[in-house]
Amino acid sequence: MKKGLHPLVMIALVAMVTLAGRALPTWTLSLATIAASNALIALGIVVLARTGNVSFGQGLFFAAGGYGVALIANTWGLTDAVAQVIVGAACGGLLGLVIGPLIARYSGIFFGMLTLALSMVFYGALVKSTALGGSDGFNVGRPSLFGMSFTDPREADFMLYAVSVIVTGFAGIAATILFRSEFGLASLAVRENNLRVEYLGLSANRIISINFLIAAIFAGASGAFALMAQRHIDPQFAYWTTSGEFVFVAVLAGNQSVAAVFVASMALELVRSFSNLYLPNTWQLVLGVFLLGVILFLPRGIGSLWIRDRHRRRHISATPPLTAERGAAP
Amino acid sequence: MNFFLTIILDGLIQASWLFIVALGLTLVFGVLKILNIAHGSFYALGAYIAATVVTMVAARSLPPSVGFVAMLISVALIASAVGLLLERGLLKMFYGRDEVVLLLVTYAVFLILEDVTKLIWGVNPIYATQPYELFGNLEFAGLYYVGYDLVLIPISAVIGFAIWFGLNRTVIGKIVLAVIHNEEMSVSMGVRVNRVYAVAFAFGVLLAALAGALTAPKISMQPGLSSDVIILSFAIVVIGGLGSVEGAAVGAILVGLARAASVHLMPQAELFMIYLIMAAVLMFRPEGLFKRETARRI
Amino acid sequence: MNPVLSVSRLEKRFGAVVAADALTLDIPAGQKISLIGANGAGKTTFVNMVTGYLKPDSGTILLDGMDIGRRSPRSVARLGISRSFQIPQLFVELTAAENLTVAISGIGTRMSLRAPAEAQGRRDKAVELLQRFGLADLADRPISELAGGVRKLIDIAMALVRRPKLLLLDEPTSGVSAEEKFTTMDRVIHAVAPDAATIVFVEHDMEIVSRYADRVVAFYQGRILADGLPADVLNNLEVRRYVTGGVR
Repeated sequence: MKKGLHPLVMIALVAMVTLAGRALPTWTLSLATIAASNALIALGIVVLARTGNVSFGQGLFFAAGGYGVALIANTWGLTDAVAQVIVGAACGGLLGLVIGPLIARYSGIFFGMLTLALSMVFYGALVKSTALGGSDGFNVGRPSLFGMSFTDPREADFMLYAVSVIVTGFAGIAATILFRSEFGLASLAVRENNLRVEYLGLSANRIISINFLIAAIFAGASGAFALMAQRHIDPQFAYWTTSGEFVFVAVLAGNQSVAAVFVASMALELVRSFSNLYLPNTWQLVLGVFLLGVILFLPRGIGSLWIRDRHRRRHISATPPLTAERGAAP
Repeated sequence: MNFFLTIILDGLIQASWLFIVALGLTLVFGVLKILNIAHGSFYALGAYIAATVVTMVAARSLPPSVGFVAMLISVALIASAVGLLLERGLLKMFYGRDEVVLLLVTYAVFLILEDVTKLIWGVNPIYATQPYELFGNLEFAGLYYVGYDLVLIPISAVIGFAIWFGLNRTVIGKIVLAVIHNEEMSVSMGVRVNRVYAVAFAFGVLLAALAGALTAPKISMQPGLSSDVIILSFAIVVIGGLGSVEGAAVGAILVGLARAASVHLMPQAELFMIYLIMAAVLMFRPEGLFKRETARRI
Repeated sequence: MNPVLSVSRLEKRFGAVVAADALTLDIPAGQKISLIGANGAGKTTFVNMVTGYLKPDSGTILLDGMDIGRRSPRSVARLGISRSFQIPQLFVELTAAENLTVAISGIGTRMSLRAPAEAQGRRDKAVELLQRFGLADLADRPISELAGGVRKLIDIAMALVRRPKLLLLDEPTSGVSAEEKFTTMDRVIHAVAPDAATIVFVEHDMEIVSRYADRVVAFYQGRILADGLPADVLNNLEVRRYVTGGVR
């Protein structure tokens, strides 16, 4: 029925993209690194959005991952890039494990508001904590990889690019498998009618919590990448506008295609760097217009351009939705 | 004793302008069911326009009172026009879509306005301090206050009362309330919901911009203003209950006091405190402190 | 033999409206029971309470002797009561087969995050269920494209997935045309038979009731007005006055 790339083909693709980094000029390399890292957190938002819940507070897990890695790096001298990603994912995941079940029962804007509130609580705490540098944050050293340290900045950039592309690539493959799975289908069902899901003996809250956890893990790992790329962290990681940007990538991508998330993230970074270069102070403007355009003309994201959507093409007009002929209760 | 009085007075001063902003936000949510992320941008817009007008008036060496009145009038006019334009020209296209989609639309507007203000007014701080001296300094129970700050309290009380009165005691207000409570019913009774939407949204923008104008003489206008304000007003309306006027008042006072208290007791902890309150309210009373209906989800 | 469902002194009020007034009812295994009554008589409230959607103010609901009065819809479903809805509650953007696949996923204790949703076993089971309702050729059509009557049948198929001890059908033939109502109901009874022996159906059409029910329970203002064989209940004077409207 649904066709898609075989996981092995996807692995080959990831390998190709990684090697292609050798040929890229330096500026594209760091741009692609950020795009991959942003794609990872946006992918988490997409995973969660498939249950119908949009998180406006992924900055919480992003910052948790970033600060967790930064602290461990500075305290115990853990500089290995892969280890840092794992630590970041673990920090995000642990937080997600605690918060997910607490907020799974909310929906719609309440869900959005609550995630936003929690990230702002964290932001407020970070600004206040002088031990963590307050609103200025603090710096961390260059990451290493498997005991190698990179003094040549070009090599360091490529290392970071490779690690982020590989990690994000594998997260993408995992998400593809997840979307096609039994659990992935049930997640879509939750979005449409969570009450019926409960009536079928499934727990909508559990399904949301698990998706939330996955999103939090992705966000934490993404925070680790952002930290490695900037070698600096500050409370801005948790601020709501940071989360908003990731939501932007997720909306742009839509929730049908994992590849769309990467395309959207790369497009965003390109727009950002070009407008920074040529039209200062307009990139948010461009972003806003873009977002409106996507919502208006591509309500299912750019993914709908090449995923011949399951059934949406033919219109819903075939049968008008049933309305209650009589009052439903009592 | 004086210490607490200081906190309370500072808190009320904060609460007064926050209340005006939150009132606009809660009204727009009540009528259009849109949680408007761009609301803070309208506040910033009001503040920037006020600064321009005040500076222009001062350049012609007219007295600050003229500047004060001129800024309020021009902000009111421009804000209403912007509000109507946005609602008719943009928001209208998205009615009927999911509430989260509308949230994203206002987020897009926020992004756009963020840069529009930068393009018009630049990224450096600008000031409009002239009207701040308008009411001199006042002594209150042994404490010295800038008169302008204290005057904000009665102004916002008057605005709050006017809105309460307008909603509950006038025909137009009753129509608006009817739309808030039962849109389908009011349509069937001949209410032109489209107009109510347009007017309510424009009025929401107007309130935000007025609050911006009123606070303009006290603050420095720079990028980031709108995102800070929206985050505070979100907290207020969520604490008070989305769509509730009384809730906005109580939320504003709570947030104002929390801000003032943390400034005096735990500097820099204000956002933390405010959002902790908001998260707690959402966890235990997701409909806010001032809402009774609970029909939602399973 | 012990009844599958045993309800005693069930009370439920919505403000001043009494939706359930000392409801007492035993449902033995194997019966097909029809609940009749005017709108607002309390039939759907009864179904909602038995399936855990509404919590009774007082009284007990025993399923095979176990009190389920305070349980959630999910837990009640897992214990063996399934229901269909007056307005079909389906996942309209998913296909018919996918809807059933989700239902089938609900059976196990743990869902796989890896195994494809269309794994052969699940797909076969979904298609088999649709087949029973004569809908196999619609398996890959999204619900949004299907007509109301078809949705109704799929809604019932979803309820069958768990092979419930008790199946509650809320107006299975509402919205079905007069010519088709018997064929539809025949289909439902036939399709349901392998998986659910004990059926309670809410019904407004007395022809359907007298043809398919072993027993009829008539509701009026939250009370049980009459309970017995279809012929007896439908001829009961009070039932004719308050429910079926035969006597004026």
